[in-house]
Parts: sequence; C-alpha cells; structure tokens
Amino acid sequence: MSLLIIAILIPFIATALIPLIHNRIGTLHIGWLVLLIPTALFVIFALQIPVISNGDTLIQTINWIPSVGINFVAYLDGLSLIMALLITGMGSLVVLYSIYYLSASDSFPHFYAYLLLFMGAMLGIVLSDNLLVLYIFWELTSISSFLLIAFWYHRKNSRYGAQKSLLITFFGGLGMLAGFLMLHSMTETFSIRETLSVIGQYTDHTLFYPAMFLVLLGAFTKSAQFPFHIWLPDAMEAPTPVSAYLHSATMVKAGLYLVARFTPIFGGTAEWFWTVTLVGLVTLLWGAFCAVRQTDLKALLAYSTISQLGLIMSLFGMGSAAMYFGDGEQGAFYGLAIFAALFHMVNHSTFKGALFMVVGIVDHQVGTRDIRRLGGLMSFLPITFTFAVIGSFSMAGLPFFNGFLSKEMFFTASVNAIGLPVFGDSAWGLLIPAIAWVASVFTFVYCMIIVFRTFFGRPQLKKLDRKPVEPSLGMLISPAILCVLIVGLFFVPNLLGDHLLRPALNGIIPGISGAAPHISAWHGFNTELFMTFGIIIVGTLLFLTFRSWYKIYLLQPPGWTFTALYNSYLKDLKRVSNWITTHYMTGHLPAYFAYIFIFFIATAGGALIFTGALSIDLTADSPISFYEGMLVTAMAIAAVSILFAKSRLTAILLNGVLGFSIAIFFVLFRAPDLALTQLVIETVTTVLFLLCFNFLPEWAKEDSAKRIKIRNAVIAISAGITVTLIGLTVNSGQSFESISGYFENSYELAGGDNIVNAILGDFRAFDTLLESLVLFIAGLGVYTLIRLKLGKGPEKDEHK
Amino acid sequence: MESLIIILVGVLTTVAIYLVLSKNVVRVILGTAILSHAVHLLILSMGGLKLGTVPLLGEEAGSYVDALPQALILTAIVISFAVTAFILVLAYRAYQELETDNLGAMRGSDDE
Repeated sequence: MSLLIIAILIPFIATALIPLIHNRIGTLHIGWLVLLIPTALFVIFALQIPVISNGDTLIQTINWIPSVGINFVAYLDGLSLIMALLITGMGSLVVLYSIYYLSASDSFPHFYAYLLLFMGAMLGIVLSDNLLVLYIFWELTSISSFLLIAFWYHRKNSRYGAQKSLLITFFGGLGMLAGFLMLHSMTETFSIRETLSVIGQYTDHTLFYPAMFLVLLGAFTKSAQFPFHIWLPDAMEAPTPVSAYLHSATMVKAGLYLVARFTPIFGGTAEWFWTVTLVGLVTLLWGAFCAVRQTDLKALLAYSTISQLGLIMSLFGMGSAAMYFGDGEQGAFYGLAIFAALFHMVNHSTFKGALFMVVGIVDHQVGTRDIRRLGGLMSFLPITFTFAVIGSFSMAGLPFFNGFLSKEMFFTASVNAIGLPVFGDSAWGLLIPAIAWVASVFTFVYCMIIVFRTFFGRPQLKKLDRKPVEPSLGMLISPAILCVLIVGLFFVPNLLGDHLLRPALNGIIPGISGAAPHISAWHGFNTELFMTFGIIIVGTLLFLTFRSWYKIYLLQPPGWTFTALYNSYLKDLKRVSNWITTHYMTGHLPAYFAYIFIFFIATAGGALIFTGALSIDLTADSPISFYEGMLVTAMAIAAVSILFAKSRLTAILLNGVLGFSIAIFFVLFRAPDLALTQLVIETVTTVLFLLCFNFLPEWAKEDSAKRIKIRNAVIAISAGITVTLIGLTVNSGQSFESISGYFENSYELAGGDNIVNAILGDFRAFDTLLESLVLFIAGLGVYTLIRLKLGKGPEKDEHK
Repeated sequence: MESLIIILVGVLTTVAIYLVLSKNVVRVILGTAILSHAVHLLILSMGGLKLGTVPLLGEEAGSYVDALPQALILTAIVISFAVTAFILVLAYRAYQELETDNLGAMRGSDDE
C-alpha cells in the first residue's frame, strides 16, 4: 500500500472537496471536519516512529514520466518523519486554534482550502525523493503562502506582503530549479538518494559549485535568511494561525530541510561550511538585533523567527564539517551541531508556535498588538500570561524549558567550531561563539520585552479596543499543549532524542549516530553554562537600560534598508518594462512585420553562417532547358515590376503572370494536379482581387520617408538572400533519407494509382479534412464580414 | 535547374517582403500572395526536379518525381487562397468602415 503517497494526496483531495461540502454541513464549523485530516495524518506518521527508529526507511514509487526520470517517489526516513510530524502536529493545533480565532465574516472555505493545500505541498516537499517533484511542491507552498498572506486581501499591506513573499521565494525557487538541473546534468538522475551515492565523482565538475550556490539560494530565500529575510515581517499580515503555522513552524523550515537534505551531497566542502554558517550567524544576529526595536508584537516575533532560523541554519553549517571528517570520533564531534539543529528545530516550533498563539489571543481579546498600548495584562489574562512566560523563557534559553537544552548544545557546537582546521589561526574561530553569544543577549532582551511590556506595568485600558478577558477555552487548548511540550521536553528530552532525532541524524548523515548524545540538562560548570549566565546578566542590564541605548537604532539611515532596495527595484522594473513595451509595441503593422523578418534573418541566417552549415553544391542539379530559363526570367521581371507598378491593375495582372507561370512550372516539373489547381485558383484569385479593388481606392504612391524605404529594402533583400542560401544549402546535401518512397506503394496501401491523390485522400486524409475546415472558416469569415454592419454609436440605430 | 528556381524564390521573397512592409493594405495582401508563390516553388524544388515521370503509377516508369511535396503544395495552394480571400474582404470592409487603406491611420487610439 502506498501509504506515503496517499498521505500526501489526502490534503489535496480535501482541498478540492471543501468548497463542495461547505454549504451542506449546516451550522457545523467546517474547521472541525478539517481538523480530522492533520490529526489522522499525525497518527499515521506517529505509527511509523518504531519502524524508522529501528533504522528502516520506507520508499514508495509511482511512475509519472519515467522516460525522463521524473517519478513520484515518496521516501520516509528519520529526517522526513520529524518534518512530517511537525507539519501534521502543528497543523492539527493550528486548525483547532483557528476555529476560535477566525471571525464569522471570514471566508472559511478559502482559509481551510489554502491551509490544506499548503499542508499537502509541505508533506510533498519532505517526502519527495525526486528533485523535480520536490520543486513542484516547493513552489506550491509558496503559492499557498501567497494566498494565505493575502487572505484579508482588501488590506493594502496584505497584498504587498503577499507579493513580496511570492517574488522573493519564487526568485530563490527558480534558482534552486536551475541548481537541480545542473545536478542532473552531472549525475544523470533526479533522485536524491542516487545523487548522494554518485556525487563523490563529481566534486571537481565545473557545475558542482554553481549547483551548490543555487540550491542554497532556494533554501535561503525560503528560510528568510539574510538578506532575503525582508519578506517575513511583511508576511505577518496573514491571520495569526497562518503566521504560527507557515511562517514560523513549517514553511520557513523547508529551507532548513533542504540544507539538511543536501548536507551529504555538498557538505564537507569549505564553501558549504562557510556559506551556510556565516549566512546563518549573520541572520541570527541581525534578526535578534532588529527584533528588539519592534513595537508590533507580531513583527517582533517575525524578526525573532528570522533570527532563530539563522541559528538553526548556522548549526547545519557547522555540522557539515562532520562530512569532512567522516565517520569517526571527530565526525561525531562536529555532527553534534546537526543533532542540535534538529533538536532546536523541534523546540522552536513549540515555543514560537505558542508565542504566536499568545500574541493572537492578545490581539483577538484587546484589539491591538502594539506594545506601546499594551501593559499590565497579567491580571486580566493570567493563563495567556503563563503561556507567554513559558514560550519566551524557552526562547531565551532559560532552564526548565526545552529551549535551554538546545541553546546549550548550540553553544557547545559553536565552541567546538573554534578548533576547526579551516580557521588556521584560532582567533578567527572565536568569532563564531562570539556572534552566537551577542545574538543570544539580544534574544534574551526581546524575550523579556514580550513578557514584561505586554503583561507587566500599568494597564492602559483606555488605549485598548475592548476590556481584556480570557478567551474561550478552545483558543487556549493549542498553546496549552505546546507549553506542556516545552516543559515536558526539558525533563524527558531523550524520548525525543532517541526516537526521532537520532534517526533523523542518521537520515542526514548515515552512520554518524555517535554524534547523537544523551541529552542532559546539567553538564557541570562548563563554558556553555557561563555563556548562559553572561547572557542573563548582560541581557537583564540591557533590558533595564533599553531607553538609554535605544539611539543605536537611529544610526541606520531610513532609506538604507533591504526593503527600500526591494521597493525601488520593483519600481524601476515596472518603469523600465513599461518604457520598453511602449517603445516596441507601436501599434504599426509594418513595424511588427519588420520585427518578424529581422528575427528570421538573425536566427535562421545567423545559424546558417555561424554553424558553418552553409554549402552550395550545384552538381546534382537537373539541366535547364531554354524555355525554363525564359520562364524564370519572365517571372523575375514580372515580380520586380510589381514594385514599380504605377496602377494597382498592373500590379494585379503582374501577380497573375506570376501565378500562371507557376502553373506552367508545375506542368514542366511533372505535377499535373498542382497545375490544374493552380490554374483554377489563380483565375479565381485574380477575379477576386479585381472585384475587391472596385471598392477600394486607387493605390496611392508610397508616401513613406526615404529612410524607411531603404530600411524596408534592406530587410527584404536580406530575407530574400537568407531564403535563397537556406534553399541552396538544403538542396546541396541529403542529410537523411527521403520518406517519399513509402508513398510509392500507394496502390497496395491505399488502392490509388495517383500518388498525390492517395496522399491527400488517404495517407493524410485527416489533414485534408482540416484543410476543408480552414476553407469553411474562411468562407464563414468572408460571409460574416460582408453582412456585418458596424454600429457607429447610438445615432445610427435611431435612424433605423 | 533547382538552384535557378531557388534563386527565383529568393527574388520573389524579396519582392513579397518589401510589399508586406508597406503601409498600404493592398500592397500587403499582394505581398502575402506572392510569398505563397515563392514558398510553393521552394517546397517543390526541395524534392528534386524532373527526376522521374509524373507520380501516376499507371505510367509504368522506372522512377517517379517526389509526390510528397506536391501533396503539401496542393494543400498550401488551397489554404493560401482561403486566407487571401479573407484578408481581401477584410481590407474592403475596413475601408468601408474606416475610410482609409493606410495601416498607419487604422491604428486604434492609445488607450485601447
């Protein structure tokens, strides 16, 4: 049974069904039906835990386009499983939360259809083994994210945020696709597992590093890494359940997943190590630094998400060193970073999900999430306050919460990285733990801001829309479950470590299980613990003295942001494309014809010359008789004379000369059917021309400027020469055998002696049928045009 | 012979394209008609000229000329006729409605 493929397809099928069933369920909130899907999927994936933690993997294939190696291959290993559980688990909680969060005026079918579309696409990403299938799901998540950010599409900011996220993630996605195609051109396979086994031979390939950077581009844009992070704060225009689900717990982790998946392919190189680690660290620092200055709680959480994603990214970067050292003690030493990354990925989903839900509750209950208007809510929202404390303190890395454990491991990994031989001088190596520490101080500060600015201090009830009260119980269930996990994981981390994280680590780098430690909260007084002490002391000081050092944020000039860069780029893009379009789409038919012919000359003529195909060989030509020569001369003269014809009657008659001469050629060249047809058609055409001209004005002399005439002449002559050269080249060599011999069996095959007739009426009868259809359509067009009376405004009708 | 015909094709194409680039509707239509003449000759010469007898099996000859280009041209003749007829009537009606045969003057307004 293709369990995995069904699991991917269920959300998609449900997406299609939601609009159909929405009107038939009466007063029942459709969210309850939707909730069944992620919950059921979560159970299905949870049942796979024993299998996967035994070291087995599941693989299921459906052939899609096998001829080009594109198959729907679902692959479940430890890494996929942990992601799938996050997607379905968080999905269930978010759907439950959204039932109480959304207001009755929101369109439920749209919301849940997009949400399920996203869920299916996200499962597709983490379960696909085929790169192209993965890419399709990847872009589908971008599309569903776009739809969800723009869910309240009547708001300008929502539309802006949606467009920004779409443009940036698609930009990266296309780069990633190019990277995948480069990988394919090296390894001849689209399968990740097969690529993994053969990539060793291609590390010297010229495309190896371009492919690596392009894949990273996709990962960095999706996971909002510096400097592509600018879309995530604007994505906060989405409803809060969406922010909690897509923009903190799952979609933005797709980039991390991709980096993890590709670690065994590209990891072990210094370029991968440096790029991933540094981009991650810079994002970590910049995100934390920016988060502190935010006044909107959701914007604060957005920057904090950016920062945390950077943290996990840098851990994957540091852990990639394990690929360099291979299976051994040193490999295990650095592989710890990957284990920490996976651990923090899970922890981040729990505490950030809880915090988003808390902010959603505050926003929902009091009508604002601006910390300048909030304060003193502790006594009004005691339960929500508890959740906020648990989530924030876990994010700050304080003990008794899961964030403490993974943060300590992050410090361990960063301290370990000092000793890496890539640094040469170990002074540089100190940079990694230094950045990590400074960023963590800022993390501590903004975590305190969330708790203290919102829930402590003097209540400013006048500034709030509503009197704050605790929300209904349903809205509290999801954050409560997450908070239980946050605390629970601190006390029994090894349950997670042994059953999920260790298999996931094995999924990334097989055979490095030695790197998976026994997680324990107490290591004695070591460097990491002192780093945490330092953070708490310095962080508290900074939080208390916030007003005195706030001016540091004013140092950044207002126009010097990446968002400003993005906006001006978008504006210029519009301006330039508008300029180009108005300059070449002139509305003049001759200009368009000129483009077509110039393009033809450039491509066909250019190809002829630059590929060296041009060859002229007259030896195979049949002899020229006197009459034929005369006829050719007559035609050439008639043709050229048309250009100089003073009256249109002359021109028509000269055209007739051409047509009838061709009929004679058809006779000479043994084509009696053609000659007959040509004679009839040419007669009718000439009559038709004459008839029509009766109604048209006498043709005026060409009044174009001389410059235009010369331009037209140059184009015409060049095109004529191109056609001649192509004709001569084709004529002088037989690249492959003629297929015409087949038709000489026309009597046996079609029962006809006349081969031309047999081709038209039998071999290519369908073609002929369509040809008569063309005739019919043209006739219909002629008839309609003649009967058509165009109204010239309402006046004309009045006279009727 | 083939090369000579191809050169003729080149001349016809040049004339046709010069006419098509004109601003006058009638010249454009005439140009398309001549272009189809050129293409018919080109296709025919691609199959080789005068290499055998008429492609009728009753002739009992050793070899026949290539019948495939002939079949293609037969289709092309009919279709080019249909197209010529259509655009002629289109030009006639356009002149009736717009009172011009100048393509430049037929341009719609900028905001269309």
